[in-house]
Amino acid sequence: MTLKGKLIAGLATLALTAGMAHAEGVKVGMITTLSGGGAGLGIDVRDGFQLALKMAGTSDVELIVEDDQQKPDIAVQIADKMIQSDQVDVLTGIIWSNLAMAVVPAAVAQGKFYLSPNAGPSALAGAGCDKNYFNVAWQNDNLHEAAGAYANSAGYANSFMLAPNYPAGTDAIAGYKRFYEGAAAGEVYTQLGQTDYAAEIAQIRNSGADSVFFFLPGGMGIAFMKQYAESGVDIPLVGPAFSFDQNILQAVGDAALGVRNTSQWNKDIDNPANAAFVEAYQAEYGRLPSLYSSQGYDTANLLLSAMAKADLKDADAFRAALEAADFASVRGDFAFGPNHHPIQDIYVREVVKEGDVYTNKIIGTALEDRGDAYAAECKM
Amino acid sequence: MLLLAEQVLNGLQYGMMLFLMAAGLTLVFGVMGLINLAHGSLYMVGAFACAAVAAATGSFWLGLAASLAAAAALGALVEIVVIRRLYARDHLDQVLATFALILVFSEGTRWLFGSFPLYLSLPPVLSGAVTLPGGLIYPAFRLAIIVIGVLVALGLFWLITRTRLGIRIRAGEADREMIAALGVDIAKLYTMVFALGAALAGLSGALVGSVQSVQVGMGEPVLILAFVTVVIGGIGSIKGALIGALLVGMTDTLGKALLPGLFARFMEASAATSVGSALASMLIYVLMALVLIWRPTGLYGARA
Repeated sequence: MTLKGKLIAGLATLALTAGMAHAEGVKVGMITTLSGGGAGLGIDVRDGFQLALKMAGTSDVELIVEDDQQKPDIAVQIADKMIQSDQVDVLTGIIWSNLAMAVVPAAVAQGKFYLSPNAGPSALAGAGCDKNYFNVAWQNDNLHEAAGAYANSAGYANSFMLAPNYPAGTDAIAGYKRFYEGAAAGEVYTQLGQTDYAAEIAQIRNSGADSVFFFLPGGMGIAFMKQYAESGVDIPLVGPAFSFDQNILQAVGDAALGVRNTSQWNKDIDNPANAAFVEAYQAEYGRLPSLYSSQGYDTANLLLSAMAKADLKDADAFRAALEAADFASVRGDFAFGPNHHPIQDIYVREVVKEGDVYTNKIIGTALEDRGDAYAAECKM
Repeated sequence: MLLLAEQVLNGLQYGMMLFLMAAGLTLVFGVMGLINLAHGSLYMVGAFACAAVAAATGSFWLGLAASLAAAAALGALVEIVVIRRLYARDHLDQVLATFALILVFSEGTRWLFGSFPLYLSLPPVLSGAVTLPGGLIYPAFRLAIIVIGVLVALGLFWLITRTRLGIRIRAGEADREMIAALGVDIAKLYTMVFALGAALAGLSGALVGSVQSVQVGMGEPVLILAFVTVVIGGIGSIKGALIGALLVGMTDTLGKALLPGLFARFMEASAATSVGSALASMLIYVLMALVLIWRPTGLYGARA
């Protein structure tokens, strides 16, 4: 062995022992979307999560973040690497339901904990639930169900429904119809990623509807709302918060003002945890938090609360500590249902302009202590 | 009836937008024999330039001018630095290199502007809807896109058929060695054609960005449709690009609007919706296949 080789070997040993010294803490692998069109969501989840760790001032959590590029195959590769070579204890971070379906079942089968900060596909809430899988955000249908409940209370009786033609889109319309009691003026599935809605808006104009429910996340929602505002159609819009998050609203501008949308969180929910979160987030990142930021933040605080109560090596005790959800959620009341999905209030918000910034304010509660429709199918 | 008229206008507007993309693509493809996957990135650059300048100056029109200038300048730069080395290589190398350009431009734009969509609003003159004769209410901006598309088409026909540059472009398409031998500076011609195509893509991006959304990766879905248009119209033909774009725009819009209703006549409503919309999204590819069976070189294509 040459001198240089010896030196490298020595350094490697040193690094290994240094690594062992910190092995007492919890290693968290975050797989999330940091590039491509959906990057805004992943960045917010990551920033919220990191903010919670920073505010707790803890050094017990070692966080590894990797970009899944919104591709299921890449997410699976990262998960394998994190589990086998980084040996993480807890996985989190996935935004999209199709990626969650690719990663979560395999990860929990290997005894890892998975805390979902966003995706909540029905398969993982019902028959496919797992004792090591916790969803800290919502089951996918929840915000749509709340939109349906709101439509009833607003007196809408003839809704036009619009969603992209993929699983979360069909779930959205199914969720809306689960609570909405009126008639359907039309039900249109658009292409995923479509950005021109002229044909659909023409149909809405001629449908005789008294309300339009739409689920078009990301750039799709921006395009739809701008075109809708220009079209001269003035039927009221209602939808889940995904098309009205803090980042999207700035791109939509005036076209979104006054639109009602449903969310489990908003920056004006009045509790000390939320006030501290909103203030610290703005100070740290110079922008208002979105609901994705709040979900990342809650996920980290849930993890920290469980770590304070139990040692991760005792998986049963750690699981019980997670189930207790003994942390101050920025949403206020928060508990887990029997399938490890949240039971929480879902609010109706209205888009307003505060100074130069477009944001939401809460105007009422759509559903109280809502669990989800699939809990009964879950056998743990 | 009003609904059908509105959908026909929508199809026309969509076709014009596609034409702006496809015209540049077909010129570059036809004259230079180059497959340029990065055409969608130039579209994105145009939209971002328009949004940035409009936000800084408050004027949409300055933004529009900036989108043309930025896309043309970037197009010329890319041609000189990268594309020029690719003419002699085969199509696989061109596809690889221009795909790399997509990645560079996407991440570069993200680095400059961030991951969140930018805001670009319409100028007051063009916002809102106008009432057309017959009582049809239609967004003013979409009418403006149709008008701009027609003007660009007329301008290109004039350029190709009536000017010296047009003669050179047509000659370059027919036999590039011969016109080089006749003393035409082929390198300069190629740079100009590429910049012209880039400017059209940038203009299209700025126009579309103001009704849709300005974000990283916005160019790729349009690029696929632009390629379909070019293949239908025939490679290298501006006339083909125009006819192809209108065909694709009409087929797509009317298919989406009419098919679900058609199926609802003999099927259950929810099944009709899903079958109809699935078929509508395939329709333009069916159209492309039919055109290629009928005319393998496309409608106005001179060579395969």
